[in-house]
Amino acid sequence: MTPRARRGVNVLMSWLAALAAGLVVLPLLMIFAFLLWQGASAVNLDFFTHLPKPVGEVGGGMANAIVGTLMLLALAAVLGLPVGILGGLYLAESRDRRLPWLARFLADVLNGVPSIVIGIFAYSVIVLPMRRFSALAGAFALAVIMLPIVVRTSEELVRLVPASLREAALALGIPQWKVLLRVVLPTARAGIITGVMVAIARVAGETAPLLFTAFGNRFWHQGLDQPIAALPLQIFAYAIAPYDDWHRQAWAGALVLIGLVFVVSFAARLATSGRFTGVR
Amino acid sequence: MAVVAAVPRVEAQAAPRNLGDQVLRLVLRAAALTLVLLVLAMVVSMVRASWPAMRAFGWRFLATSTWDPVAEQFGAIPFVYGTLLSSLLALLIAVPLGIGAAIYLAELAPAWIRPPIAFLVELVAAVPSVIYGLWGIFVLAPLLRVWVQPALGKTLGFLPLFQGPPYGVGMLAAGIILAIMVVPYITAVSREVLLAVPTSQREAALALGATRWETTRIAVLRYGRSGLVGAILLGLGRALGETMAVTMVIGNRPEVAVSLFAPGYTMASVVANEFAEATSDLYLAALIEIGLLLFVVTVIVNALARLLVWSVGGPVKAVRE
Repeated sequence: MTPRARRGVNVLMSWLAALAAGLVVLPLLMIFAFLLWQGASAVNLDFFTHLPKPVGEVGGGMANAIVGTLMLLALAAVLGLPVGILGGLYLAESRDRRLPWLARFLADVLNGVPSIVIGIFAYSVIVLPMRRFSALAGAFALAVIMLPIVVRTSEELVRLVPASLREAALALGIPQWKVLLRVVLPTARAGIITGVMVAIARVAGETAPLLFTAFGNRFWHQGLDQPIAALPLQIFAYAIAPYDDWHRQAWAGALVLIGLVFVVSFAARLATSGRFTGVR
Repeated sequence: MAVVAAVPRVEAQAAPRNLGDQVLRLVLRAAALTLVLLVLAMVVSMVRASWPAMRAFGWRFLATSTWDPVAEQFGAIPFVYGTLLSSLLALLIAVPLGIGAAIYLAELAPAWIRPPIAFLVELVAAVPSVIYGLWGIFVLAPLLRVWVQPALGKTLGFLPLFQGPPYGVGMLAAGIILAIMVVPYITAVSREVLLAVPTSQREAALALGATRWETTRIAVLRYGRSGLVGAILLGLGRALGETMAVTMVIGNRPEVAVSLFAPGYTMASVVANEFAEATSDLYLAALIEIGLLLFVVTVIVNALARLLVWSVGGPVKAVRE
């Protein structure tokens, strides 16, 4: 090839690569535009404060689903975070031989398991014995999905804490457990919070594992051992229903849900910006 | 690290282990064990719950294509076929785009444009599945029905792939939605892989007078090949298990059809659709067996993917799935 041709190929490939990058991002922009166009008109105060109306009646909202999603997330966090963070600390600090390797491998395995399968798991260990769908089962499923993300980010962040800090503390005669809890964990805190929020953003939109655990509910929930509404479930139910008004509500729900997910994701970034822990 | 590793030994000589250390050690180990036990419990509970179906059908489950809950005859072929075909279709679209975008982000783009685009790619991955499904039903499917499928039918209609009435929803829509959803994963992991290629590789090629693209092709892509395969496999793992968006656009008909225009069904979506309504124990067991199958396949694909990606440069860090 002549040098000219080679330069030509170079330019062509650069443009093709840029085009690919553009095409990867394009759907995001399209979806966002559509959400705003279709959903914004249906998002009003009623949407946040009212229960769904029966078929045929216009109006109503998804207050129960919004509260349900927040409750499920809170409950999942309570169940999943302590195990996740402590597990991550273990992976970073332990000098045991086999368990860390196994736990790390299984965390990665769990991370790749489809969320619907985790739903089946939650169904068979919680719904079946309790003999009913429940908020608890839904939160358990979400917690299992969060677990590997929290474990691995916590591990990574704890590893980033400089050894000199640990050594300084140990040299002062502080017992190891105190060094871990009072020096290492607080130093890694910002990063761990980021990991936690990334995990929460990830499960906030999960629908599949809730289908047969939390199940959904057209009313306020009656307790943690009862079915509970969730925003993604409600969007799904409304999207596949044949009523125009429900479709509008589904778009509105989607707008609120994506807002929730993005706000948590942005917050996750802010939590670490400018700290020395800066996640990569 | 060596210094830290020595600490416990020094401490053991200096003073007897204190109680706090032992308690914390136990608590941490318990947390890690919980994770291990969870995965074990998952396998055990699913095998146990699907046992009735395994006993009733044995290997025939994987070799027959009747799905008749009323007659209690269950065969998984239509779902396995749908899952494989939709994932394959997704990869056909997503792999060139994802790797192209990764090349752009890691090699060719001006430095100032990289962070914002990488961030947008992350956001594509953050959009919940059900929202992709919603968009698929109301935007993508009509688009396909009115414009794309008639055009494809006219020009490539002699191929059995593009025959039949244009419904909009169906295998094609599922493949496209899946492609959109897995492409950010492929992009992110491929980019990590490319960034892990040593700079000396690039410098050597550049010093020989190669252009930027030639450097990328000769020195970077070839070096990172196995990692890129790993990235594609990670995308495949995602595509196989993706549920909601596919369920909403694939048409949900348990048939093996050659045409991409025809509705289909996947393993994940049959579980999503029929699980809560499964009336008999055998029906439920059959659905759980499909879930188990999906579990096994995704575990294998993911394990392979990780090994390949690790082979290029350390563990994948930035894959926030």
